[in-house]
Amino acid sequence: MSPVRLPDPEQLAERIRRGERAAVASGLNLLDNKLDEARQGAARLLAALAGEHGLSAGHLIGITGPPGAGKSSLLAAMIRKWRQSERTVGVLAVDPSSRPEAGGGALLGDRIRIKNTAHDEGLFIRSLANRSQLGGVASEVWPMSWLMLACFDIVVIETVGVGQTEIDIAEIGDTVCYVAQPASGDTIQYLKSGIIEIPDIFAVNKADLGAPARKTAGELTRASSRQDRRADWDYPVCLVSANDHSGIQPLLAHVDRHRRFLIDGGLFDELRARHQRAWVVRLLKDEFGTFGLGLLGGAAGVDAWLQARPSNQFAGYVQLRKHILSKFLSANHQSSLTTKEHVNEQAIV
Amino acid sequence: MAYVQNKRDQPWLIRTYSGHSSAKASNTLYRTNLAKGQTGLSVAFDLPTQTGYDADSPLAKGEVGKVGVPISHIEDMDQLFDQIPLDQMNTSMTINATAAWLLSLYIALAQRRGIDPGKLNGTTQNDIIKEYLSRGTYIYPPGPSMRLIADTINYTVKHVPKWNPTNVCSYHLQEAGATPVQELAYALCTAMAVLDRVKASGEIGAADFPQVVERISFFVNAGIRFVEECCKMRAFAEMWDQLTLSRYQVNDPKMRRFRYGVQVNSLGLTEAQPENNVQRIVLEMLAVVLSKRARARAIQLPAWNEAMGLPRPWDQQWALRIQQVMAFETDLLEYGDLLDGSPVVAAKVAELIDGARREIANVEAQGGIIAAIESGYIKRELVQSHMNRLRAIEAGDLQIIGVNCFRETAESPLTQGSDGGIMKTDPAAEREQIERLQAHRRQRNDHEVQAALQGLVDVAKSSDNIMPASIRCALAGVTTGEWGDTLRGVFGEFRPPTGIDIAIDSRELLGKKDQVAQLRENVASTGNSLGRPLKLLVGKPGLDGHSNGAEQVAVKARDVGFEVVYDGIRLTPQQIAQAAQEEGVHVVGLSILSGSHLELVEAVLAEMRARDLAEVPVIAGGIIPKEDADRLTALGVRAVYTPKDFSLNAIMADIINVVRDSHGLARLPTPQ
Ligand code: B12
Ligand SMILES: Nc1nc2c(ncn2[C@@H]2O[C@H](COP(=O)(O)OP(=O)(O)OP(=O)(O)O)[C@@H](O)[C@H]2O)c(=O)[nH]1
Ligand SMILES: [Mg+2]
Repeated sequence: MSPVRLPDPEQLAERIRRGERAAVASGLNLLDNKLDEARQGAARLLAALAGEHGLSAGHLIGITGPPGAGKSSLLAAMIRKWRQSERTVGVLAVDPSSRPEAGGGALLGDRIRIKNTAHDEGLFIRSLANRSQLGGVASEVWPMSWLMLACFDIVVIETVGVGQTEIDIAEIGDTVCYVAQPASGDTIQYLKSGIIEIPDIFAVNKADLGAPARKTAGELTRASSRQDRRADWDYPVCLVSANDHSGIQPLLAHVDRHRRFLIDGGLFDELRARHQRAWVVRLLKDEFGTFGLGLLGGAAGVDAWLQARPSNQFAGYVQLRKHILSKFLSANHQSSLTTKEHVNEQAIV
Repeated sequence: MAYVQNKRDQPWLIRTYSGHSSAKASNTLYRTNLAKGQTGLSVAFDLPTQTGYDADSPLAKGEVGKVGVPISHIEDMDQLFDQIPLDQMNTSMTINATAAWLLSLYIALAQRRGIDPGKLNGTTQNDIIKEYLSRGTYIYPPGPSMRLIADTINYTVKHVPKWNPTNVCSYHLQEAGATPVQELAYALCTAMAVLDRVKASGEIGAADFPQVVERISFFVNAGIRFVEECCKMRAFAEMWDQLTLSRYQVNDPKMRRFRYGVQVNSLGLTEAQPENNVQRIVLEMLAVVLSKRARARAIQLPAWNEAMGLPRPWDQQWALRIQQVMAFETDLLEYGDLLDGSPVVAAKVAELIDGARREIANVEAQGGIIAAIESGYIKRELVQSHMNRLRAIEAGDLQIIGVNCFRETAESPLTQGSDGGIMKTDPAAEREQIERLQAHRRQRNDHEVQAALQGLVDVAKSSDNIMPASIRCALAGVTTGEWGDTLRGVFGEFRPPTGIDIAIDSRELLGKKDQVAQLRENVASTGNSLGRPLKLLVGKPGLDGHSNGAEQVAVKARDVGFEVVYDGIRLTPQQIAQAAQEEGVHVVGLSILSGSHLELVEAVLAEMRARDLAEVPVIAGGIIPKEDADRLTALGVRAVYTPKDFSLNAIMADIINVVRDSHGLARLPTPQ
């Protein structure tokens, strides 16, 4: 018998959509759970949540930047404003302090910085250790952020920006906001690294420090204006201070404006669908490895398969997962997917 | 040179830190203590008073009159000093975030009694900086806190010249684990920050500034390594002398004297074989009286039952008599300085000064003590030092008699009484205080109160001195909660870094290496059985600021592989239950040392039940008497830990099993 009592995924999805906090918590626990039965339940939960209601609700925002730039403090200030306008907020705080090689333990310390009001039913914060050995965002983050989107108006993911993380966060968020630390080598480093391609909005925090913040904002403005990813987006650079709450309102206006920009340009659904496909691939690879993915024709095969069924990617995920499992179980089973996949399978075996 | 003096020196001020239940009960206690030969008063306030809440605030629930006296308004202050002549008394008040307020009440009371405030003599602790690092009764952000300190200094130097407006504290730093070098460095950094702030306020001209410097006194700790501690006092005196001369140009050597009061170390006082604490206290006291050149001005001693709970009058009397024996029976006060000329002492002093100078330079390079508090640097250093201490005890490298060695003992007659050997505060005190407060609110002139509070708001928003407006509030009958909330409205509130995010780079530091390795395996395998890594919430409900235990449990749990959520002190049961839910933890550990464990644990359990979390196991630790531990277990708490459980590894092994039990998994043996 399992030591963990698992909830019924479809019922749970109902309760989550109604915004029951206990259900949200237990849904997140389920998505985090690596037991076999739980993985199945998690896939069903996601499928049930995505359901008919499509992929275009809410706003998924990634906040990244160097350690100590003030991401959590800034987020606290943003949350205060969002809550004043009665928008509900879910937060996934991915803490960097964990080091898997030293026993796997982690201190999850972001809550204290993000939470500024005494008690608020419209704000939900889950901290996550960064358990991934290779850098980048832990693979639990993506499904969890989708669960939160089913019941909060705004979902924010806070992560420390270090190379791979940025790329990952860009594959989750509708809008990515980079929080810069004034007068630190990080920004220079950052400008050189090419990751500047990723953020949609730059917030130079600690504007209360004066000149150094303005200088960093200047550098970022010069660099970001050279970007030409999406011709019509202007990559704004904002000066903000989490300490004295200055510049928060304009920053939030840019955040909202970016979502509208995506929707007006017909980019939003496409972006989310693309993100989802990428993560389905990643989840399958996490669970079954290159070999498992190979059984489905590799990343490209999965992507193509999902593109052909754009309605509910999570339902697709459930199906693909089952498919791999059944293949593992009967090694000689004939492929029912594509021929390309068949070739790969032979190549690996 | 006369080594033997023809006249005995005057002894230091002899005090006992006390106060409980109500102003009336505390007044009785003070008058008894004075009759027993105590020469000054040292007031302990309850936590609501220290954190600026009224007795009927929801946040004060369970804490009113517990660890000190509740003072909500001027009538309480009047009752506390009933039949005590203010102009003849030397009163020390352990009050910080609300120091400006309590001092205002004291001054207002003097005025009402027709006493010239210029004659008042005493001390307000009023070192809010160390509250962020150790003591935990902060309210406002560092900027406004520094301003409150500066305002009280500026005011008293002019109007209450015999008052010690601030007592820069290193005592509490040692109680949070600081080494002697850290105590020296951070206390002196604090003193500099305070003096610089007063200077910058410009209220006192350069010519009078030495008077400000002279009013700065210190509150220092003395631990069991009494030779080193004695040298630390000499180092303090030497460094202060140099610093006040070079940095503040105080030319009169008398004004550069390092004046300090002492409470001896309590962190090292044990629950096991508590009678041994008496020896510890005597030796610790020796450190601060032995050297005439660096002798304490005022001393208060803890009692033998320090680690068990609050002292009873008899326990306090015993502590008082220790001081009297030292002062009046021994020949200590007949000689000049006993240590002058000792090369051993000189070398040790030089070593301490050298270390402290380096750490001061380090803090200054980070922008001074406030910046180093905001960044979390100093708090992390303290957590690290305390961790080193506990790991040494656990490993047996630091011997604590009766705890990790020489544990065999005959049954102690001291702890056999029906009261369990500790003071029980009056359970009706909270209700009575609330009634008294509400009656007071009905009697006062609302118009005057509103006008006085508006005056306070205006001054708080300006750069004028906060004291006159606060004294006006005191006279109008404003309450402690109203004063606190009014300034919260203007200044905002603050939560400092918890400091537990220390980097542990040495395996040696992890305690017993093989035990830790085994614990990690147990945590990992239990996590695997449950499908996700074990997650622990360490919670500090209520106003209790004792964070040491929570911090060390959190750090250790991280080391053995738990994912740990710890949001710092002073959270409501509701906030803790909500965090437990949002974070999806496997176990909730509460740490409570203020004596309010029954009320608070029950409240947390109720909040958890209301959130479908009845099945998440709850454990508790702190100063929890045996009979209360049994009551907590009956309420559903799975395990209770007290200072006797000094092995954090053993506690971790136990927590893993609590989680396993609650999921029907077989228990794992404690690693040896
Ligand atoms: C150190 C100390 C302080 C320091 C605290 C520094 C800090 N940041 O923690 C300072 C000097 C600031 C302080 C101040 C006060 N103190 Co004090 N303090 C102590 C002292 C001496 C030691 C406590 C300690 O830190 N021990 C070391 C840690 C590691 O041990 P621990 O917390 O007990 O934890 C162990 C176990 O209990 C258990 N545990 C504890 N919590 C948890 C949690 C979990 C999840 C688990 C698994 C285990 C666990 O595991 C730990 C390992 O062994 C005790 C007396 C004593 N000797 O115990 C008094 C004591 C707790 N203080 C007391 C009082 C009254 C105060 C004040 C309120 C006085 C006042 N009126 O102002 C102030 C105000 C503090 C505040 N804001 O609340 C009283 C409480 C009385 C009561 N309960 O009835 C005590 C008992 C002293 C006394 N006899 O009067 N104090
Ligand atoms: N002066 C100033 N300091 C700030 C501001 N915002 C945050 N800080 C300080 O910067 C430090 C880091 O703040 P956090 O909000 O924890 O930063 P973070 O980027 O979330 O940090 P990590 O999650 O640890 O990477 C804290 O000491 C804050 O007090 C600001 O606007 N001005
Ligand atoms: Mg953060």
